[in-house]
Amino acid sequence: MTQKTYTGSNSLLQSLEHEGVEVIFGVPGGAILPAYDPLLDSPIRHVLARHEQGAGHMAEGYAMATGRVGVAMATSGPGATNLITPLQNAKMDSTPLVAITGQVGTSAIGSDAFQEAYTTGLAMHCTKHSYLVTNADDIPDIVHEAFHIASTGRPGPVLIDLPKDVLNQPTTWRKPTLAGLPGYRPTAHGHPKQVKAAIDLIESAQRPVLYVGGGVVRAEAASELKTFAELANVPVVTTLMARGAFPDSHPLAMGMPGMHGTYTATSAIQKSDVLVSLGARFDDRVTGDVDAFAPNAKIVHVDVDPAEIGKVKFADVPIVGDAKLIISALTERLIADRGDRPAPSREDWFQTLREWKASKPLSYVQDEDGPIKTQHFIERLHKATGGEATVVAGVGQHQMWASQFWGFSKPKTWINSGGLGTMGFAVPAAIGAKTANPGQPVWALDGDGCFQMTFQELITASAEGIPVKVVVFNNGGYGMVKQWQHLFYGGRISASDLSGPVPDYPGLAEAMGCVGMRIDRPEEIDSAIDKAIVIDDRPVVIEVVCDPDEMCFPMVPAGGSNDHIVMGPDEL
Amino acid sequence: MSQHTLSVIVEDQPGVLARVSAMFSNRGFNIHSLAVGPTHVEGRSRITLVVDAPEMEQLKKQLHKLVNVIKVTELDQVESLESEVMIARIACDPVNRGEVGDTAALFGARMIDMGPDSLTFEISGAPDHLARFLENIRPYGIVDLVKSGRVAMRMVGDNSKVSA
Repeated sequence: MTQKTYTGSNSLLQSLEHEGVEVIFGVPGGAILPAYDPLLDSPIRHVLARHEQGAGHMAEGYAMATGRVGVAMATSGPGATNLITPLQNAKMDSTPLVAITGQVGTSAIGSDAFQEAYTTGLAMHCTKHSYLVTNADDIPDIVHEAFHIASTGRPGPVLIDLPKDVLNQPTTWRKPTLAGLPGYRPTAHGHPKQVKAAIDLIESAQRPVLYVGGGVVRAEAASELKTFAELANVPVVTTLMARGAFPDSHPLAMGMPGMHGTYTATSAIQKSDVLVSLGARFDDRVTGDVDAFAPNAKIVHVDVDPAEIGKVKFADVPIVGDAKLIISALTERLIADRGDRPAPSREDWFQTLREWKASKPLSYVQDEDGPIKTQHFIERLHKATGGEATVVAGVGQHQMWASQFWGFSKPKTWINSGGLGTMGFAVPAAIGAKTANPGQPVWALDGDGCFQMTFQELITASAEGIPVKVVVFNNGGYGMVKQWQHLFYGGRISASDLSGPVPDYPGLAEAMGCVGMRIDRPEEIDSAIDKAIVIDDRPVVIEVVCDPDEMCFPMVPAGGSNDHIVMGPDEL
Repeated sequence: MSQHTLSVIVEDQPGVLARVSAMFSNRGFNIHSLAVGPTHVEGRSRITLVVDAPEMEQLKKQLHKLVNVIKVTELDQVESLESEVMIARIACDPVNRGEVGDTAALFGARMIDMGPDSLTFEISGAPDHLARFLENIRPYGIVDLVKSGRVAMRMVGDNSKVSA
């Protein structure tokens, strides 16, 4: 047997191994073929997705469940364009991702060659950074830089585009360095003066709120947050991206703020006198009308990305740096400054919050013989699993209900598409999360509309032995779209109805190698869940036929003031 | 919208200019002038942009987020040295040929080409100096004109003591 030449492809695989990559989610094709050959001999697992979008979301699910960099691989042209949605999704939700794409040979670039697309150009606006590799000798440094950029500062997606001739180019591997990034220096430590200013504000506040965003999850700062919140005696709201960063069962937990947040969380921000944003970005789904948002609050804004500070709302005390380090610094400063004084009791504030919680709780009505309410199923599932599961959602009503009704206790157990709102995220992201932690139950809570966008990845799950559980809440349509049409378009249901006899979800599930079930009565819920829990050799799909008319509340209509929270349809 | 001059030090790499310029076009802002060239440091280039934008704080931060961008400075137009180069071909006939040449000479423009019915001048200097030259030469008829992007640098001396 002749000795094979060591090429760019070998260098790529060796570089990925050097970065500690354990799994790649991908789909092969012409231009990336050279990389797939050494993959056969590599310890890195390859999960063969059925669509590159699925591969990208799997890598995101993996990254969100672990905090490590997810890796997706695709070929040139359509392979790369199919990755664009996951790249933008990862950018919006600050998910560390490295995407590797094949490209036509360097001499063919720009010639409209077969399966050619200007990938780095397409990716320019949906990545944190991107590379077009023109010399295989650069591969070790570029891969190392890509992982460094993806995982540090504000995490995000990085794309490496590899022309086929570069993958085939003879080269050697050497230990990579980070010498080449003079313009990339994320700030880690917050300025001590600003930390002191923040503590002064917080300690003297009558009605402070900790407004916690996904940055706290990405920074792995949940335990630091709990310590600080308890010590400072300040209530906590967790945004959609931060669910699980603070336990919902904690007395200081007020739930999720924003468009479909709890009355207490949204109102607490509105009435706050000091609002401490930790790794949150004042997204429009949280703020509603920005001018009416937290009108009386002094704002402390902690973020690793300086461009977030002051982007939406003026920050009285900006602190740039890593959330984990800054929350620790806040705690230390608080202990030092407070000395022997007791924590401020803020009894009036907590009394108000307790009253809101009692008078304006999340609610729904499950009739004993009526159609199943999604909220009810989620609560039963939480009970059956003891909350010990990773929950992955699509986008829409079911996502909001999952966020509202699943009592989260740990970070990285809630995976959803927040910023981009990518329907179809749940099934592939759940596969990624399950690949990361095979011992952890992973439940995708999906809508029928979302499911129909990416369900083919259940073939991946079956073929690769990744036993995720998928609940399809079938309300016969794009529920959130229908809700808006009911509320804002005079009930004219345009192109949002998916009801009818097709598809046969259990049949579809069985055809993809999963166990398929269908329930439509409340009393069937527990036994279906119990049945699904014990199946561990195949994916399970439970179709839950649920109330087609149920709407998601509380709700602040888009662009409205958070002072006007609509608790139910009769209040509109 | 007001005009801002930005000096951006970048890594000299393919795609950097596209990333920087896209930051403005994405938001619907126009780049009024653009000049790119190497600096005295190997591997570093300076992009000087004059842009029309309502405010610069967010844009500067977003530019700084680009991995290949090393430094972003906004130059106050009063407190910086700004220069442009222009080549202008001016119509003339045998009668006013001398007058056109004299006018150009008054502004320190250098004649670099001569045709049967035109004179071509090169002139460099502060943008308002070039504007005044144009104002005075325009009546003779501009046949063609090319202007470089503006380059600029922060001033360290007192402007009032330096003649234009």
